[in-house]
This record gives sequence, structure tokens and C-alpha cells, in this order.
Amino acid sequence: MQSEDSPTAGGNSGLEGLGLSSRQAPPQPGSSRRKSPVISRQGQRPRNLRSRASASDLVFRGIARGGGAFVLVVMLLVGTFLALRAGQALHKAGWSFLTTANWAPNGGQFGIVAVMAGTCLIALVAVLTAVPLALGAALYISEYAPRGIQRLLTSVIDLMAAVPSVVFGLWGFWYFQWRADYLSRWINDWFSWIPIFKVTGVNRTDAIVSMTHYTSSTFIAGMVVALMVTPIACSIMREAFSQAPLGEREGAYALGATKWGMIRAVVLPFGRGAIIGGTMLGLGRALGETIAVALIISTVFVVQPHILQNGGSSISSLIALRYGAATPFELSALMAAGLALFGLTLIVNFFAALIVARSRSGAQSEA
Amino acid sequence: MTDTERVTTQAPSASLPATAGPGAPASGAGGTTVVAGTAGTGTSPAPRTTVPRRTARPGPPPTPRPLGVLRAGDLLAVVGALVAAASTTALLWTQVGLFSGIVGYVVVTWCLFVGFYAALVSMAESGPTVRDRVSAVVVQSLGALVVMVLAFVIIYTFWRGKNALFHLNFYTQDLRVTAPLDPLTKGGVLHAIVGTLIEVGIAMAIAIPFGLLAAVFLHEVPGPFARFVRTVVNAMTALPDVLAGLFIYATLILIFGLGFSGMAAGVALAVTTLPIICRAADVVLSLVPGGLTEASFALGSGQWNTVRFVTLPTARSGLATAVILGAARAIGETAPVLLTAGATTFFHVNPTSGPMMSLPLLAYTLASSPFPNMVARGFGAAFVLLVLVLGLFLIARAIGGRGPGQLTAGQQRRRVARSRRDLARYERRAMTRVQIPPAPGSPVR
Repeated sequence: MQSEDSPTAGGNSGLEGLGLSSRQAPPQPGSSRRKSPVISRQGQRPRNLRSRASASDLVFRGIARGGGAFVLVVMLLVGTFLALRAGQALHKAGWSFLTTANWAPNGGQFGIVAVMAGTCLIALVAVLTAVPLALGAALYISEYAPRGIQRLLTSVIDLMAAVPSVVFGLWGFWYFQWRADYLSRWINDWFSWIPIFKVTGVNRTDAIVSMTHYTSSTFIAGMVVALMVTPIACSIMREAFSQAPLGEREGAYALGATKWGMIRAVVLPFGRGAIIGGTMLGLGRALGETIAVALIISTVFVVQPHILQNGGSSISSLIALRYGAATPFELSALMAAGLALFGLTLIVNFFAALIVARSRSGAQSEA
Repeated sequence: MTDTERVTTQAPSASLPATAGPGAPASGAGGTTVVAGTAGTGTSPAPRTTVPRRTARPGPPPTPRPLGVLRAGDLLAVVGALVAAASTTALLWTQVGLFSGIVGYVVVTWCLFVGFYAALVSMAESGPTVRDRVSAVVVQSLGALVVMVLAFVIIYTFWRGKNALFHLNFYTQDLRVTAPLDPLTKGGVLHAIVGTLIEVGIAMAIAIPFGLLAAVFLHEVPGPFARFVRTVVNAMTALPDVLAGLFIYATLILIFGLGFSGMAAGVALAVTTLPIICRAADVVLSLVPGGLTEASFALGSGQWNTVRFVTLPTARSGLATAVILGAARAIGETAPVLLTAGATTFFHVNPTSGPMMSLPLLAYTLASSPFPNMVARGFGAAFVLLVLVLGLFLIARAIGGRGPGQLTAGQQRRRVARSRRDLARYERRAMTRVQIPPAPGSPVR
């Protein structure tokens, strides 16, 4: 959001090190709590530098703590409640929850294999489509675009990230899937020897094969989700690219690099953490996307490795489609599935944050 | 310096440095220096004050000279490759008949274009130059593709909804008496617009105060507890939105018996938005320059005063942006609303009882219906939603978009006026001190 490069890293530490701040900072290594040799030689005890907080400060700190605690309680409540309710279903299903593909909680036979596989495939298609787009758009904005429209394009990408997913969903449902099915068929015609591009029940030489074999597929849902993921990944990458140090850029030019040579030698290595982190944040978003997937995909509860084929599934669309008529036990099973999804997005986001924060460029980036 | 004549130079510059009251964040561009008179009592002719020289106002940073020269040959290569690729693909499509469909046509054309362009450039240029040109073409076309697709999605939504959008009743009626086959002159989405605003209002009434308070807490009271809260909040930004809806559905609706209502939807949206706002605000607060808060502490103000008069005003625009983008996100969320608000065709303003419609949910419901007019209304609702989000986004850009300490023209003017007033005040005080000489032996202030 903000692209300021303010010196925040060492911002308040100097003050805290001196002990002048009324904050209760953890004691830092090498802070001035050590006795100054000059003072101790004179036989005086060092002046106590800890300030007493005033009443208003104490009140403020109390209220702030209260706000923090409230947010913490709400968040923990959501997590624990979901975990507790999911526990019922998990207790009944046992380990078969992880090995069953079918979803019939009332019949006692349910598991997340099919929906998890569907979720991951959709997210995979989305990320594989989105990353080149995001990378290209980010490089274009930060490196190639004329100065005049750079800011405008940045706004456009940020706006794209704010477009509600239902708009993309409608577009995918009414427009894209009836155009992309030809692409699906073309891919199937020529690449069906690759297992994931196989579509069962169609024949290349069959002229009157119905195009509905190709609609509502994992591939199309993934492409639509890719459009939602692209701006998120793009804005993180762009921010990192635009922070690539000018000196190194000019150094590359001075050594005779072309523009692309400079990008490869300076910009891309500098932004590598943001590229990986942005990709993974996009992946986390793609895993949790609900409405567009629910609109497009037609749910089947078998592991569907053929991404071009009609039918697929995802956890979030399963919840959105099945919660209404659910019995309490079914609801518990849905929560178990949702919790599994949450675990997955949590891991992905955690690693994304870790990579972004540890990279050279990523200290200022945010999700 | 009580009895000496205090000489203050009047600088006609428009960029006096701000007097650093606690409420005044650092001025970005102080151009002059005001040197107060030194307490020289001797008769030396040495100047007691230096007349400050106006440093030249820092102009805009020098823009680099454009070094790229567009040669006719480059342009010809691009155009030629494009024409060749389009023709070849057309040949493949119509004569060889291997493919069909517009998307495939564009994709194949583009791939051929890149190939042809590389071949054309490599006739005249060396290897690195060819790679440079080709990657420039690839990057630029990808960037253009992304922007074009966004524009297309928005235009398509408008196009499909335009039949509904240009009827006034679309904004003044609900759908209570609208049968599936009724013309577009009957029925509208007023109930969904009002419902969305109420639900987002409830969500924001919860999420903004607590989100900002928690962010201030994370920033101002560091420690193990704050670290733990930050970890949990960051984790909860990964919570799939549908799961927040499921949580509210299972608690408020099933256990507490609230029923499908705007309140439940608002709380669900708040659960989704709270970690987002909190995290964004945390990042914004951490961008406040440490020097400002340190200066405030050095002037003796406590933590609360520092937060109140330095940290929050400095971060104000960033915080506003965080809040508005959070609201934009909340408006567009469909999944939590789908699970908690219920669906109705009636205009309904009481959030505590009865189902309440909202725009994303209405768009989702109507667009899946088989009736063309209902679909048009669905796209119309989606477009209204888009306009709302766009409006919020533009407000966020107008407020934010500039970092802490960067002022708008109006703020800059007000700050200069404040500096002038302060200066005049100092002068008046200096005058009174000169007129009333202190009694000998009185403590020097």
C-alpha cells in the first residue's frame, strides 16, 4: 500500500536503549543498563533512568492492552470453536477422513481427499497462470512504463486487487468459460498424451462432440481465480522491483548491460524474495477463493486429475454449497474440511511472510 | 538572552521550518534557517546576527534524459512481426484447420509474433540486444494483457448490466413483486444497496475501533504478549472468508438463535476484516519515522501524548487508507454474507431480525438464474457494487497515497501560516521583554 522507505528498522531502539522511553521494551543487548565507568569511579550510583508512567499513560496502555486482548480473544475464539466442532466429525471419521474421497457425512463416509485435491489443482492452475502475468505486469510498470502512466498503472493494479471476487466470478461464468472451452479442446487435442490434459469421453476426430465436456472444469475455475490472484502478486512484486537500488542499476548500465541484462542482474535478484512471497500469498488467496469457484465448477467427489474435464471440487465452494441443508453432524464435517483448508493457507501464508521478510527487498512489503 | 535585543530575521520565504510543537510532524522541506541573536554585549562590530541566505528551493528532482531513441527499423520490426504472425495464424485457422476459437487464435498469434520478432531482430543485432528486445516485447505485452483483461471484465459487467442500469426504478425499488419474466422497468436493487451499506456499517463499527486499537497496542506496547497477538492476527488474515461465515452461522445463528440477519452478516464481515485492518494499520504505524516520536519523548511528553499528537496524526492518511481498503474488501466479500445474511427480495432495514440482502449476494443469486432479465439485474447489481468499491478506492487514493510527513498543498499552506503566527508571537514577546527590563538580580529565565 505504502511505498515509503522510511528508516523504521532502528526507529525507536535508540531511545529504548537509553532507557528514556517509558515503554517497557525488552532489554536489548548492549543497552546502557551497564554502569558507566565514570560514574562508578566517583562512587555515585547511576541515576535511575526509568521514568514513572503518568496516569494518562497507564490508562492508555491499559486500553490498548484491552483492545489487543479483545482482538486476540475473537481470533482465538474462531479458531478454537471451529476446531472443537470439527473434532466431532474427525472423532467419528478417524483416519479415514484423510483417505476417503467421497463426501456423504450422514452416511458416515466422508473425507477430504477429493476436495483437497481439487482445491490444490485449482490453486495450482491459478498460480501457474498468474505468476507470469504478475511478473510481466510488475516488470512493465516498474521498468518499462513511461513515467507519466506509472502511477496510474499502479493504481489500476491496486484497484484490480479490490475488485470483488463475485464480479470475476460472473465474468468467468457467463463469458470466459464459453470462450476458453475452445482453448481447452485445443490443449486436449494436442497434449492429451500428458495425463493431466486428458479428457475422457471425447475423441479428437469426432466432429460433433459437445463442448460441455470442457466447461465447468478445474482449468477454467483456475484461470478465473488467476485473474484475482494476479494483482495481489503483482503489487507485491512491483513494490520490491521499484525499490531496487539505483546505484546498482546504473552500475549495471555502466558495465554495458542492456535493459534486460540490468533487470536480470539487479532487479530480479533484488526482488526474488518478493516474487516468491507474492506467489505464495497469491496461492493462499487462491486456495481460499469461494464464490467464483462455486459459480463455475460443477462439484464431483472423486479425485479429478484431468483438469480440462468438466467437474471438480474445492473445499470452500463445498462449504458454500452445502452448509444450508446441513445436519449438525454434516456441519461439523464441513468445519473439519474448512479447518484443513485453513491449515493449508496458514502454512502457505506463513512461509510467504517468512520469505518476504527475510529477503533483501521485502522488509517494507506487506500482504 | 533576556535583556539583549532579540533579532529575528523575517524571511520572506514561503517555506519556513515549522515550529516543532508536538502536534506538528516534521516539515519536509525547510528552506531557510532562522538564527536568533546571540547574547553579545560587547562593542565589537561583529554582526550579532547572521542574515540567513535563502537557499534555493529544492526543485523537482532532475528527470533523466530519455536515452532511448525510437528508430523506424524497430517499429517496422514490431509491425512486421505482428502482421506476419496474424497472417500465419489466420492461415493455420482457415486453411489448415487445426484450431478454432478466438482465445486460441490470440495465444497462437502472440507466440508466433514473439518468434518472428526475434528472427527479425536477430538479422541486424547481436545476441544480447535480441534478448533485450524480445524480453521487452514479452514484458510489455504481459503488462498490457493484465490491464486489458481488467478493463474488459469491468466493461463486460457494465455491458451485460446496462439494460438494467439505465432504469431509475433499478435504484428505487426492491424485487418483492418482480416475477422472473417481468421487464426491467419493474423492480430494482435498492434493498441490496441498503443491506450492503448496513452490513458493512456494522462490520466497520466493530472492525475499525478494535482493529486500530489493537494496531496501536502492537506498536506501542511491545513485549511477548504483543508478539503473540501479532502472530495470531497475521495467522487469521489467512482465514478463508467462507470459514468466518461458517463460524458465525454455527454460533450466532444456530446456537444463539439470531437467525439469518444483517447483524450476523455484519459480525461475520467484521471477523473477516478485523485482522486485515489490524495488520495493515500495524504496518502503517511502523512506517512513522522514529525520529518524530523520539523528538516528542525528548520534549518530555508522555506516551499517550506522543501517540495522540505525533504518531496518529503522522500516520493518519495511511490509517485512513488501511480502513477504506478494508471496507472495500468487506463490501465485496460474498461468502460470509452468503452463509449468514439469508436472502430476501424485500426492502429491510432492521439488522437484528429477518434476512437482509446485499449486493454481492444478489449478483451471485441472480446471475445463476436462467432468466435473461434476472441475469441483467445481477450484472447491474455487480456493477453497482463495482462502483461502490471504486468510489471507496478513489477516496483512499485521495487521502492516502502519500507517506507520513508528505503534505498536500493545503496542509503545507496551513503549516506555513502557523509558522508565521508563531514567528509573530515570538516577536511580540521579544518586544515586551525589551520594554520591561528585569530587576537586577532577578533569576534569568
